[in-house]
Formats: sequence, structure tokens, C-alpha cells
Amino acid sequence: VCFESSPTAGARSLSLRQEIMKWNGWGYSDSRFLFNKKGQAEFTGKRYRLSGLILPSLKDWFEGTFGANLQHRSPATPSLNLSAVAPPNLNQPFVEDLKAAGLAVSHDPEDRVFRAHGHCLHEVFALREGRIGRVPDMVVWPSCHSDVEKIVELACKHNVCLIPYGGGTSVSSALECPREETRSIVSLDTSQMSRILWIDEKNLTAHVEAGIIGQDLERQLNERGYCTGHEPDSMEFSSLGGWVATRASGMKKNIYGNIEDLVVHIKMVTPRGVIEKSCLGPRMSTGPDIHHFILGSEGTLGVVTEVTLKIRPIPEYQKYGSVVFPNFQQGVACLREVARQRCAPASIRLMDNEQFQFGEFCFSLILLNFFLLKNFCFKGFDPQHLCVATLLFEGDRGKVLQHEKQVYDIAAKFGGLAAGEDNGQRGYMLTFVIAYLRDLGMDYYVIGESFETSVPWDRVLDLCRNVKERIVRECKERGVQCPPLSTSRVTQTYDAGACVYFYFAFNYRGLSDPVHVYEQVEHAAREEILANGGSLSHHHGVGKLRKEWMKESVSGVGLGMLKSVKEYVDPQNIFGNRNLL
Amino acid sequence: MFSVFIQPRHPVLKKRDDFEDVLEERRRSSDLRYALRCYTPTLYKGLVPCKASMLKSIVLQSDHLQYVIKQVSSESGDSAECVAEEASLILDEMAHRLQLSTIRFFAFTLSKAFKRLFRSVCVNEEGIQRLQQAVQEHPVVLLPSHRSYMDFLMMSYLLYMCDLPLPVIAAGMDFMSMKFVGEMLRMSGAFFIRRSFGGDKLYWAVFSEYVKTMLRNGYAPVEFFLEGTRSRTCKSLTPKMGLLNIVMEPFFKGELFDVNLVPVSISYERILEESLYARELLGVPKPKESTSGLLKARRVLSEDYGSMHVYFGHPVSLRSLAEGKINRSQYNLLPRYIPQKPRVDTHEFLNDAAFRLVRIQEENMVLKPWVLIATLLLQNPDGLELSFLTEQTDWLRHLALAFGAFLDWPNHEACSEVVSCSLALHRHLLSVSAGHVQLNVTDAPQDETTPEEAVFHRAVVVLSCASYRNQILHVFLRPALLAVAMQSANSNRKDDVYNCFNFLRNMFSNEFILCPGDSVQDFEEACYLLMKRGVLQVLEHEIVMSASGHSTLAFLCSVLDPFLQGYQVVCRCLCEETNENLTEKEFIPAVRSFALKLILAGRLKCCEALSSDLQKNALAALLRLKAVRKVKVGDQVTLKVNKIAVNSLEDTLGKSNVNQNSWCSSMAMLK
Repeated sequence: VCFESSPTAGARSLSLRQEIMKWNGWGYSDSRFLFNKKGQAEFTGKRYRLSGLILPSLKDWFEGTFGANLQHRSPATPSLNLSAVAPPNLNQPFVEDLKAAGLAVSHDPEDRVFRAHGHCLHEVFALREGRIGRVPDMVVWPSCHSDVEKIVELACKHNVCLIPYGGGTSVSSALECPREETRSIVSLDTSQMSRILWIDEKNLTAHVEAGIIGQDLERQLNERGYCTGHEPDSMEFSSLGGWVATRASGMKKNIYGNIEDLVVHIKMVTPRGVIEKSCLGPRMSTGPDIHHFILGSEGTLGVVTEVTLKIRPIPEYQKYGSVVFPNFQQGVACLREVARQRCAPASIRLMDNEQFQFGEFCFSLILLNFFLLKNFCFKGFDPQHLCVATLLFEGDRGKVLQHEKQVYDIAAKFGGLAAGEDNGQRGYMLTFVIAYLRDLGMDYYVIGESFETSVPWDRVLDLCRNVKERIVRECKERGVQCPPLSTSRVTQTYDAGACVYFYFAFNYRGLSDPVHVYEQVEHAAREEILANGGSLSHHHGVGKLRKEWMKESVSGVGLGMLKSVKEYVDPQNIFGNRNLL
Repeated sequence: MFSVFIQPRHPVLKKRDDFEDVLEERRRSSDLRYALRCYTPTLYKGLVPCKASMLKSIVLQSDHLQYVIKQVSSESGDSAECVAEEASLILDEMAHRLQLSTIRFFAFTLSKAFKRLFRSVCVNEEGIQRLQQAVQEHPVVLLPSHRSYMDFLMMSYLLYMCDLPLPVIAAGMDFMSMKFVGEMLRMSGAFFIRRSFGGDKLYWAVFSEYVKTMLRNGYAPVEFFLEGTRSRTCKSLTPKMGLLNIVMEPFFKGELFDVNLVPVSISYERILEESLYARELLGVPKPKESTSGLLKARRVLSEDYGSMHVYFGHPVSLRSLAEGKINRSQYNLLPRYIPQKPRVDTHEFLNDAAFRLVRIQEENMVLKPWVLIATLLLQNPDGLELSFLTEQTDWLRHLALAFGAFLDWPNHEACSEVVSCSLALHRHLLSVSAGHVQLNVTDAPQDETTPEEAVFHRAVVVLSCASYRNQILHVFLRPALLAVAMQSANSNRKDDVYNCFNFLRNMFSNEFILCPGDSVQDFEEACYLLMKRGVLQVLEHEIVMSASGHSTLAFLCSVLDPFLQGYQVVCRCLCEETNENLTEKEFIPAVRSFALKLILAGRLKCCEALSSDLQKNALAALLRLKAVRKVKVGDQVTLKVNKIAVNSLEDTLGKSNVNQNSWCSSMAMLK
């Protein structure tokens, strides 16, 4: 990695993340699933609870579910072929001005490739095959708000295209460089803007630079006795600015709220100047909330530089839990009742039978305890139908225990049986490693992805069933040999509905263009979601992947309003990632 | 319009399954043991049908019904309990009480009856297998054609026989009034619906929720007749949308992933109700369904009704049918239990789907050789020499096959043999003497018969016979419309011919199954078929008759002739009608006596003009074309006739018909 100038930050810190993370897969380079010589799965590294463990039954589940075979490998290109990266199209006067302003920049191919993608299947698949499309022509690292102001000003002056880059965990093609863009594309990496600027214990707020990564924010606040409580599944890698730009949602939103509930103040640099509110009042009636133009703007309007967030004291007590239901219907009915009584724990998730089986077989997750299994079967639970809810309670001890009882009592009315704390905890752990599993699958001809939606309560069951079945049918029609894995999870509850998450993966041996097949199936699944009353996205955002449905989703007038905002704020289309609109 | 060559349909290439006679086994083994055998149907998702009482409470507790009950209660001022009680009574009146024991009883008695009545009952084995598959995948809706009371007894009988789940069947309320039998039918899975319940919100809600609940939960296949009632003419009837909408809605609203629609075509070599239908069409009112009437029908048990064919068509996936046509997200903004009138596009889709399904029924309907013979006998009221009839039948057989008819022609049998067999089975409609075959129209009239009675006597035979010809009409319909269009068009120019074709198609779209909007496709299909047969040459701008095409075109024109004449009679009657306030009720008697007068005066030969079915269809067409308007005066509906418009329609029809005569003579010359 070469840096032309780095007066404000050391070269090491600029590239730190890049050096410890995979260039063509999920997460840390040292952490990955593999099948060892004995054919047993293990998870390498030391970072996770699962690290270093052998998972003896993963192989059977993997081969059984996908019809995959450990003999049939589809390994990734081991390293980036630098010659595959097109030479940068630099706007020389812009580069000169940046350097004169003392900003850190790079046009090193590795730096550029690293910031040219998110984690959509097609993006990772192409990287694994060593195919590199259009990548940013250079990277710039501002280290504070005023750096961003300078960069945006210069970008306007020289008419270059800026694409803000935070944690790089997008799953909506939001980071993809538009093919039709002819200007120089500059990736604006916010990673150096990662300081907590102040904490206000009187008002319980923290003022934070937007480039901070979720786990760093949480760790640093924890050191001071606080937390934000915002824990999206990607929190190890995603950034505060990214959360704001996509309208992120965290696992524990039932206590802490989603990102839109957490922000008190946002500062964003746009080509028109800086947009922010004049005070830190908790609520305002000053016309439409300008935060809502920023939240979910997906990098099309400017760069979020600083955010004031609500913080909370670290909860005194945390307790995991799990409940097994005889079937998915009963489970959904229980979650609905919990939502009706507004007594949802910090997190409550309901996995369907397929996910339950996955958890069970891979990690001996739920039915670790043989006696427990016997107990369930005795009570008439059919292992082919039962499903499991995982729970997380937080707060002071007395209230948690009381709350816990309330929830278990409701569950019991729907045939739910408590299945222990450990199982709940493992369920949440699975969330963080599941993205690593996709890379393992891709080593053996299995590709997959997750996607989400939100839907009114009365349609949850129908939507889950129809989407899952649509996936199975579409795969079959497109020549996928083995039935795909098609599973769903109710992952958030609201007063008026739920957030549903789907995992979908299949064995692509024998397909000439697996990514295309995958995309067609995902497209069909999204159509099915929309036809069943689901939303276009609950928290992943639209990016370029789901743009075609925007008009249908928000009406022509709605889209026109958003466009006119874009037109006013950024008439030159400096923020030209072409997401959303 | 013609440059865009729409993918022609190739009815000829259709592959059909083979049949197996299900009575064969019944003739060999014990009916009793068969009726008591172990019945283990294939089930949808392994679901066991729920008890009638359970079903009732699900329906009554449903959000939809509860919503409508509240609505009706607030509109009428009656208490909600009162309305709920009413709903419960409606449901009691409606609900089936399927019992296996009743089915077993029917399995026994029907085995006996069917063996007496029919030589064979042929079913396509592959269709059954497909159905077995379909039943496990998605909820199934069975859509049989409806020609006889036998239809639904036979359906349940066959499904029991093949270890398929027994359907619940929508039946008209008139059955229920039959003592004992109504209850028997109820216990064999029939549920009863009133024939008309126009604005009754509560009735509609109970009824639709009842059907949807059965479908949604996959307890049993739902069976109903798209045509709404038995076709008295053996022509398929214009489908009704109500029930189809109900069974489709759970899919539209996302409550079901898919629904398998299975068209079933049931055809009879001889229809039990044959002469009954003819009398009914001529104005002898239909006897009210009564048990004693049924017992009298015992007489029919001693007669030979030939063979019967049941063809289970390919299941049609509603999902694929609706693909790209229905935007299901239209249901996103209203809670699904609130009833919603179908939108215009949904309505169009329903209509289109219904027509297509009836077309599939038609195409899979097995035709017996007698159908061809009946067609020829009707075209030759003076009769034919047996040898010539045989020759013509053979010719017609090849024409029909070329047009894709599903003809059940015995293998390895001489044509003359086939013809005489058919004549024997239908001898009551014929007279054969000295090698001359004729419809039984000149029966020596008894002394006391009036001329009117003689005409009706003749008409019964003609209409009975027409009910067989009608079975094959769908095969000849499109080419026949083209043949008539070519005769009436001013030139050979393709667009002239098309315009005439379109006019006729439009005129007859209540008479025959013509999918709305398929005009161009139908035209292309007719051109294709006649071109392939060497009857026409279709050039870029012109359609020219081939030298050898005369006889075929003449035949095709005669096929439509009774309808052209009949419609003209209706038009003339309306024009000559002096009563300004002719009510809808008086219409049929008026046309009937008008036609009768013409026949008695020797100015009209065609008895089919006496058929009330034709008269009703003609009126419907005139109303649709706005040549006649309905006006409500008091509690009477009167018909306001636009005489100029009706006159001009009659003229145009007449033009199609006048040329006809020259063709007939040319046909005569060929003979």
C-alpha cells in the first residue's frame, strides 16, 4: 500500500482495517470456516466464541441440505490480480488541490478495489473469480468535518464524483461504481473520523464522528459506563455514518430504538453546504424533520460527518433465553401477542424449522441436551415442524426476571416451552458467524444471501410461506439441481407488524451463470414479498439493487419529492453513486 | 393488424391421454366389497378434512364474516347477535355434511346403476395421476362441464374410486327441496346455494367465506360448474364469474401460494335428459326436481346410454395464469377480511380465465361418431341414403380430425359398421327404411294432433339431435365464422373478410364460447386451419378460395345456418312487434309464437329458431350491442327496441345467409 501523503494520519492506521480483513469475503482474514483433512468443519482464529472449535455435524448438514460434496471445490482466486484493475482516471487538478490541502489520498489498486464493493453475492462472487469491474479512481481519507467540507468543495469545483465509504457492509449494491459515470470517481473513506468528541452525562448524549465503527463506539462508551444499544448484525464492521445513511435497525431496538430514534442531531456536508439543526432539543415541530431527508439518503446527498446520539447506562443485568414452539404458526402468534402487550424483550427472534434444524445440526444449538429433546418429543413436538424463539432481556435484575416470567407465560399459552439460556445465547452468536458461512459455501459451489422486509402481523405467515415456496419453485424452474435452502426468521416485532429475514442458498453445480440465476430468484422473491404486502426493505436500504421498485413503493409523487431534494442539494450530482432514485 | 402474426394456436397437435374403462373392474368384482373397501385418499399437506361442526365455527368466527355481521347490523338496526344467528342459519342451510358412509352407499348403488346405464365409463388414467399430484401440491378446484345430473355423482364416484379426496360441491338450491335425496347429496359433499341472492351481503359473506375456508385450509377440493347450470343444448355456456372470483381471491390476497384449477370434461354418448332438455327449450317447463320425478326416472335405467367419457385436464396453476395480469399488491392497503369488489383489471382477468377454462373443457370433450352423423342429418332434413351418409361421415371425420376434434372413433372398424352402430343407439331419433336414413320428423301424426303440436313434435327431435351436433360446434366454429364471413364480405380483401368475421363473432359471442379479445387470434386460427386443409389460400392482402374448397366451405356455412336464421327471426320479430311495452318475460313466448307462425306458413324451415336458448342468447347479444335496451317500469322490465339498429343487424345477418343458398345448391350439385 502506498500513500502519497499522510500528514494527519499514519499510513498504518489508514490501512489497518484493510490489512486484517478479507479482500474477497466477509470479515477478518484470520476467521473462516473450513473443512479440515478429516472432513470436519472448524472455525479458525481467536476472535469469536466459536473460534477454534470443531463442528462435527456441519459436514452432514451441508452435504445433505445442498447436495454438495467436499470433493467438489470451487476455490476463490487466492490474491488480487493487480493487472485486472483498470488504471485510475484521475482528475489531476483535483488531486493537486487535495494534496495542497494536506489530505491523505491513494490510488493504489488494492485500496481502490477494497472500496469498490459491498457484500452482495454478485460482488463477492466476482471478487472470488478475480473479476474486477469499475472501481473508484482514488481514495481520500478526511480526518474531520472540515476536511470533508474541503473535499466536497473541491469536488464541486473540479466536477468529480464522490462516493462516501464507511464500513463497506452494504448489501444493496450501494457502493458499486455506476458504469455510466465518466468523471473521476473518488471514494471518500470516513474511517479516520472515528472519535467520540464529547459525552454529555446530564442529557445522556454523545457526539461522535460518523466514521466510527459500531463495535469501537460501543466499546469506548462501555469504558465510560454507557452504551448506545444500537446493535445491527453488522456492528463489527459497519459505521455510524452508514447507519444514518441507510436507516439502520439494531437487534435491541425494542429498548433503544432504531437509528432514527437514537439520533438527536446530524451534521452533513452537502454540495450546497452543511445541513444541521440549531439545537439539541429532543423533538421539534419545525416542518418536516430534515433528519428524515438525511436518514436513508444512501450517500446521494452528502457525507454525514458528526452525529449526536442518545446513550444509556450499561444495563445492570442481561439474560438470554429461548422458547421452543410446536410450529411456526404458534411461534408467530406468540410474538404477535408479545407485541400486543408491548412487553417485547430487548430482542426476540423466531427462527423457522429449517433454521432450527440448521442450528441444531451445525452447532448442536438447541437440542444439545438429549434429555431436552426427549422431553419435547414426549410433549408431541414434531422435529420437522418445531421452531425456536431466542430472547434477550436487559435492565435491572428484578425487572428482567419479572419481564422474563411475563414473556414465558405468554409463550406457554401458545404451546411454547422454555429451552434454556445457553441456546438463546448461541442463537445470537450464530448471527455474527453466519456471514462467514457463506464464504465456506462458496468454496463448495453453494451460493446464498439474506434479505429482509417488514410486513403487517396478519400477513407474516402468508408472506413467509409464499416467499419460501416461490424461492424453491424459481430455483427448480431455473435448473437448480437440488432444492435450495429457503428459510425465514421473524427478527423484530413492532406494534403493527414485524421484520422478516430470509436466508436462501443453493448448490450451483451445473449452472452456467449461477449469479444470474441467483439474481433472478432474488428478484422473484422480492416481487413475491411486495405482492404479499411486504415492504421493499426494512433496514438494508435500496441502493441500486432495489431501485426499480422505488416508484411503486413510495408513489410517483413521493419519488418526485425525493428527486427534487436531490436536485436542490446536489445539482451537479457530485454524490453520484446513483442509489435510491 | 395482420402483419403482427400472433402465434397461431395449433389445436391439431394436441396430445391427449388414453382412456381406461372403470366399469370393467366393477363388472368383475363385488360392488359391496368395493363400497366397503379401505379408502385412503391422497391429502393436501396430509390434512385430514375437518368435521362439519368445526368448519362451521371457523366460518362463523372468521374476521370477514364478523366484519360483515357488524356492518349489516349497523345498517339494518338489528342486533349483531340477531344477524349472527341469521348467518348461522344460512350456513346450516348451505353446509355440506360429507360422510364416508353415504359415499359408500353411493359407491354401491351407483356401481349398480352405472353398469345398467352405460356400456363403459372411460377415464383418462394420466389425468387421475396428475390430479393426485396436484392435490398434494396446492388446494384444488375441480371444474367439470355440466350436461347432466349425473355429472357430480360421477365425479365423486370416480374420485372415491381413485383414492382422491372427495370434493365439496356447489349445488343449486333446487336439489335441496328434493326430499331425502337433497340430504343424501348433502352427505355426499354437496353444499347448497341459492340461485339468486343479488344484494344480500350477509348471504354472500357466509357463502364466500365458507368456500374460501375449505379452500384455504385445503380440507377438500372445491367443485363447481363454471357454466352455472346444466347446458340444455350441450353447447358450453358462457361462464359465470361469482364462484371463480371466490376461489381465486385467497390467491390474490396471498393466503394461498397457488390454486390448481382442474377442468374436467364429461361427455355422454347419449344424454339421459335428452328429450327433457328439448321439451324445456320449447317451453315445456322444467319439472321441479322431486324425488318422485327421480323415481320415475327409473325407467331410464332400462335404456342403453352407450359410453361415457371423463377427461381430467391438466391442472392450470392460477399463479401462472395470473402472472403479469394481476397486481396482487392492490390488496395491500386494506385489511384482507374487508370484502373488496374486484377491480376492472381483476374482472377482466376473471372473465378471460373463465373463458379459457371453458375452452379447455370443450377441447377435451370426447366426441362420438354419432355427433358427426347428427350434424349431417340436421343439414339434410329430407334424409340421406345410408351409403352416402357413411361416405359423408367419413369425410366429416377427417375434417373434424384435421381441426383438432377429440374424436373417439373405434379402431379397426369399418366406417359403415361404426355408422350403423351409432344409428342403432339413437334409433329413437331416426327412421331407417330401405337404406334411407332420416330424422324421425315425419312420424305419422295422430289424428287429434294440431299442426302446432306436429311442429313441436318435430322440433323435439330436431333439438334433441342438435344437442349432439352442438357438441362438435366448437371444433368448426372459427372456420365456419370465416366461411360465412367470406360469403358475406364485399371482396376477398383480408380486412373486409376480417370485418365480417368480427361482426359475426361479436354477434354470436353469447351463443358460443369466444374468448373476449381473441378476435384476431381466432381469425388467424381459422385461416390457418382452412389453409392447411387446402380450402383457402391466404395471401398478403387477400383470402382466396381454392378450387377444391367448395364442399368444405358449404358444409361450414350450413353449420352456422340455423343460428343465422334463428337470430334473423328474433330480429324480425322485434321489428314487427307492435307492443311498445314488451316485457322481458313476454319476449320468449312472443318470439316462439312468431317463429311458429313462420314455420306453419312454410316461410321458415328451421325448427331451431324455436329454442329458447337461442332466443335468449340473441336477446343478450342485442342488448350487448345496444340495439335493445332494458327499461324498468314499475316492477316490470320492458324491452325498448331500436328498430333501425335491429333491422340493420338483421340485414347484415341476412346477407350472410342469402349467399348460403347458392352454396347449398353447389353442394347439391357436387352430390
